[in-house]
Amino acid sequence: MAVDANSSFIQWVIYIVQNYWPLFLRGAEVTLIISLTGTIIGFAIGILIGIIRTIPIDSNTHILKRAVYKVVNVLLLIYIEVFRGTPMIVQAMVVFYGVAMIWGIHLTTFAAGIFIVSINTGAYMAEIVRGGIISIDKGQFEAAHAIGMTHSQTMAFIVLPQAIRNILPALSNEFVINIKDTSVLNVIGVTELFFQSKSAAGNNYRYFEVFLITCLVYLVMTFTVTRILRYWEKRLEGPDVYTIHGSQTVPEAEIKIVGKK
Amino acid sequence: MENIIEIRHLQKYFGENEVLKDINFSVNKGEVVCIIGSSGSGKSTLLRCLNLLEQPTSGEILYHGQNILEHDMSNAVYRAKMGMVFQQFNLFNNLSVLENCTVGQIKVLKRSAKEAKKTAMEYLELVGMSGFIDARPHQISGGQKQRVAIARALSMEPEALLFDEPTSALDPEMVGEVLKVMKSLAGSGLTMLVVTHEMAFARDVARRVVFMDGGVIAEEDTPEVIFNNPNNERTRIFLKRILDN
Repeated sequence: MAVDANSSFIQWVIYIVQNYWPLFLRGAEVTLIISLTGTIIGFAIGILIGIIRTIPIDSNTHILKRAVYKVVNVLLLIYIEVFRGTPMIVQAMVVFYGVAMIWGIHLTTFAAGIFIVSINTGAYMAEIVRGGIISIDKGQFEAAHAIGMTHSQTMAFIVLPQAIRNILPALSNEFVINIKDTSVLNVIGVTELFFQSKSAAGNNYRYFEVFLITCLVYLVMTFTVTRILRYWEKRLEGPDVYTIHGSQTVPEAEIKIVGKK
Repeated sequence: MENIIEIRHLQKYFGENEVLKDINFSVNKGEVVCIIGSSGSGKSTLLRCLNLLEQPTSGEILYHGQNILEHDMSNAVYRAKMGMVFQQFNLFNNLSVLENCTVGQIKVLKRSAKEAKKTAMEYLELVGMSGFIDARPHQISGGQKQRVAIARALSMEPEALLFDEPTSALDPEMVGEVLKVMKSLAGSGLTMLVVTHEMAFARDVARRVVFMDGGVIAEEDTPEVIFNNPNNERTRIFLKRILDN
C-alpha cells in the first residue's frame, strides 16, 4: 500500500505496521531481554545486600568483624542512595561514557544497558528485600535457632523463602517498571523499542502514528508480564487443599479438606 | 542424680531493668519441673536464657558441667540438645507439617531425608498428627500446631524439652489436647522444663515446682508443698489469686 501526505491516519498506521513490524518486534525483543535480565540480576544483587544488611551484630560480635561490617554497610548505603537518588537516564550516560573514559572499557550498548538496569534495580531491590526479611516474624528466627540452625541456615531454609514470597509483588512491579524505563537507554544508543520507534518515525515524519503503535506494544508487554507473574505468585501460595493420610484408626486413605485462609 | 543443666548466679538485664537476679537452679535427668509465677516475674526470660535465645548478662549455665557461655561449645550444637516449644508455636510457615519436623534433622543433625522422615513420623504419630503431614501451618488449628511444634522439637531428640507457656495462646477447648500430649511425654521419662499457668498440670505432673517472683526464685519444692503448704508468703498470695479465678 502506498501512502502520501494526504493519506488518512488509519492508512498511515496500516502502512507503518506492514512495513516496520520487524523493527518493532526487534525493539520489543531487546527491551524484554534487557529488562528481564536486569530485573533478575538486580534481584540477585538485592537479595545479597538484603542478607548482608540483616546480619545480626551485637555487643558479643568480635570487634574486627563489627568494624568490617560497619564499613561494608556504609558502602552499601552509598550505593543504594546514589542509584535511587539519580535518574536512570543520567546513570546511563555516566556509566557508558565513564567506563570508556576512565578504564578504557568500551561496552557494547547492549551490555551497558543490562549493566545499568541491573545495578539500578539492585539498589531498589536491596531495600525491598531488607524490608521483606525484617517483616518475617521474629518467632520464625527463634524457632530455627532453637533447633540448632545457624544464622545462614535460618536465612536459607526458613526466612528467605518466606521473605521472597512476600516481595514477589514488588519484584513484578520492578519488572514492569523496567520494561518501561529501558526506553531511557536510547540515549546511549541501545536498540530497544523506543529507539527503533524513533527511527521508524523519523523515516516517515509520522510521530503520532508510530508512537501510538509503540504505546500499544509496551502495553501488551506489561499487561502480559503482569498476568504471568500474578499467576506465578498464586501458584507459589501452594494448594488450598491438603490430604489427610489414613492410619490404623482412620482407614479411609485420603480426605480432601479445604484449607483455612 | 545426674544433672543436665545447672545455673549459677544467672543475671539478666534488659537495659537498666534487672529481670533475673542471681538465679541458682538445676534440672536433673528425667525430671519434670514447672515454673510458675505472675507475668513479668522473669520465668520466660529464664527459659529463654537456657536456650540462649536471650544472652545472660552474667553467670554460668553448665551443661553436663561445661559452661556454655564460654563458647567452648557452639550455640547451635547446644541449642539442638535443648528443644523448645513456644507460646506462639512458631511453626515454619513455608514448610509442611512433615518438613517442619525434618528440616532440623537434615540440616543440623545431618540425617538422611529417609531417616529424618522415619523419626518425624514416629513423633508425629505420638502427638496424633501423622495424618496431617502434607498440611501447611496456616491450614491447621492452634492445638494441632502446638502438637506439631512438640513433634518438631522431639524429632531433634533433645536431652531436655523447654516449654514456654505452651497453652497460653490456645483457645480453651484446645488446651486439653496439648496437655494430654505433654502428660504422656512426662510419663515417658523425658526431661521437661515447663513455664505454665496451668496449675492443675503443675500439680499433677511436675516433680518439682519453682515459683518465681520479681526476678528471683522465691520458692522451690515438690508440688505438694507448693500447693498445699507453701513456706513463702508470696507463693501463698499468688496461688490464692490464681486459684480463686
